[in-house]
Amino acid sequence: MLRVDRLNVIFGLGAAKNHAVKDVSFTAARGDSFGLVGESGSGKSTVLNCISGLLANWDGTIEVDGSPVFHKRHMSFYRKVQMVFQDPYGSLHPRHTIDQTLKEPIAIHRLGDANRRVDRVLREVGLGPRFRFRYPHQLSGGQRQRVAVARALILEPEIILLDEPTSALDVSIQAEVLNLLQEIRAERNLTYVLVSHDLAVVSHMCDRIAVMNRGETVEIIDRRQLQSGSLKERYTRQLLTASKGYDRAAIDQFQDF
Amino acid sequence: MKRSDSMDNHLLSVKNLCVSFPSPKGAVDAVRHVSFAMGREKIGIVGESGSGKSVTGRAVLRLLPPYARVTAGHIIYQGRDLQSLSEKEMRGIRGRGISMVMQDPKYSLNPVRTVGRQIREAYEINHTVSRHEARRQALEMLEAVRIRNPEQVYHLYPHEVSGGMGQRIMIAMMLVPKPGLLIADEPTSALDVTVQLQVLAILDDLVSQRGMGLIFISHDLELVSSFCDRIIIMYGGRIMEVVAADRLHESSHPYTRGLLNCLPKIDGDRKPLPTLQRDDAWLEQPENQEEVI
Repeated sequence: MLRVDRLNVIFGLGAAKNHAVKDVSFTAARGDSFGLVGESGSGKSTVLNCISGLLANWDGTIEVDGSPVFHKRHMSFYRKVQMVFQDPYGSLHPRHTIDQTLKEPIAIHRLGDANRRVDRVLREVGLGPRFRFRYPHQLSGGQRQRVAVARALILEPEIILLDEPTSALDVSIQAEVLNLLQEIRAERNLTYVLVSHDLAVVSHMCDRIAVMNRGETVEIIDRRQLQSGSLKERYTRQLLTASKGYDRAAIDQFQDF
Repeated sequence: MKRSDSMDNHLLSVKNLCVSFPSPKGAVDAVRHVSFAMGREKIGIVGESGSGKSVTGRAVLRLLPPYARVTAGHIIYQGRDLQSLSEKEMRGIRGRGISMVMQDPKYSLNPVRTVGRQIREAYEINHTVSRHEARRQALEMLEAVRIRNPEQVYHLYPHEVSGGMGQRIMIAMMLVPKPGLLIADEPTSALDVTVQLQVLAILDDLVSQRGMGLIFISHDLELVSSFCDRIIIMYGGRIMEVVAADRLHESSHPYTRGLLNCLPKIDGDRKPLPTLQRDDAWLEQPENQEEVI
């Protein structure tokens, strides 16, 4: 469904040159959930931005459904691939009601039947019609993230790119949003690419996981490896140790990678 | 034990603390009847956003805006009730007695002064010493928070340092006046996990070397349970329960259990995560909670 091959991104020139993504390759079959995990600056969000078309200065191959995509995307691309962003406070227009926000993609793609579509997608994300004419500031963080998911779903895409969808939420709300994402994926047979810094979230959501550091893929593992701890790379092992909480003795062994 | 004894033994004792903020729709009770007492230990305050954990920390240091209504039975730090102190006396407490590390070094450091100057200033305010001596103390402190080249970092501006280093500089600045109690409000939430643990290790070492008390405010229950000695769990401005960190997983309080259960786990199954069922009865505890030790 999605294939990324030797993706490279370079920001800046000369002394300020920053090779943000180096030869990143992975594939995700239809219905798969693929995770990208790493610390800040590892290039995980940049990979997502290249796939979604938000960044144009990349080199390499990105294929969606067997056909390569280029720097300039056709409208039909956006019906297949949609994205959910990290910050539910920043990703919705503050002066548009939920109804307006959800109808905009329908108008752009001339799908018609807007009212029925909005009503259905709101029910699907568990909000219901009473939220339809509210503004974002009248919703809680979790409800806003549900609207962001609804906005991505309304074009009935096949691939959803999730950029830290729950890191701005409380753990109890995170659980609700993760459950919702799992349900929708099972129902619609969607393909997910999930970016997160949280190993537990990625292992809960994804079958295969690329561990990234400084723009490079350290290794691609499956979740059973994460559970059994049979990891090849020291970087991944250190990340796993760190995610298990405070352990004074283990911290002295930490290295910089 | 006599009452005065028990109060002397505590580094900080807070009784019946209430904080409310006026709003057009009526007062919002951010903290309701919070009582706790602590010695020279690491105590964690955990809760979701809006649970009143940060407001509790700020109320102790009287750092809330003037429109906040703060009432308390007492807030006793080392035998002195902080409520009876004048603003000038309070400035003597802040820094030297109790100091506070904030979440984000980006917003908490002065952007137009070198970090060295800011650390030096924190020392000079509380100690009458020569500039040379203050500089020496600042450099020593930078070394204590494991900055490899303190001389060089001393002359950097906040925008020239990374997030992890900025947070270590904040800790250096807060520890250089040698406080007896440190309140750390989400000191590592903006950092990567490995850096976060390294910063915590520094904090841990310094706190135990100096025999300080530490109030660690965080939303991360698992992290706090592995780092602190005791945990105060807050919800809706109230203390739900106080547990010893190593017994957290044996807790029977429905809120604590709910928070623990809704975390995704690396070795968990793929089943939907249990969601938290909130119960309004949690907010209707007796008005005067007994002091929790």
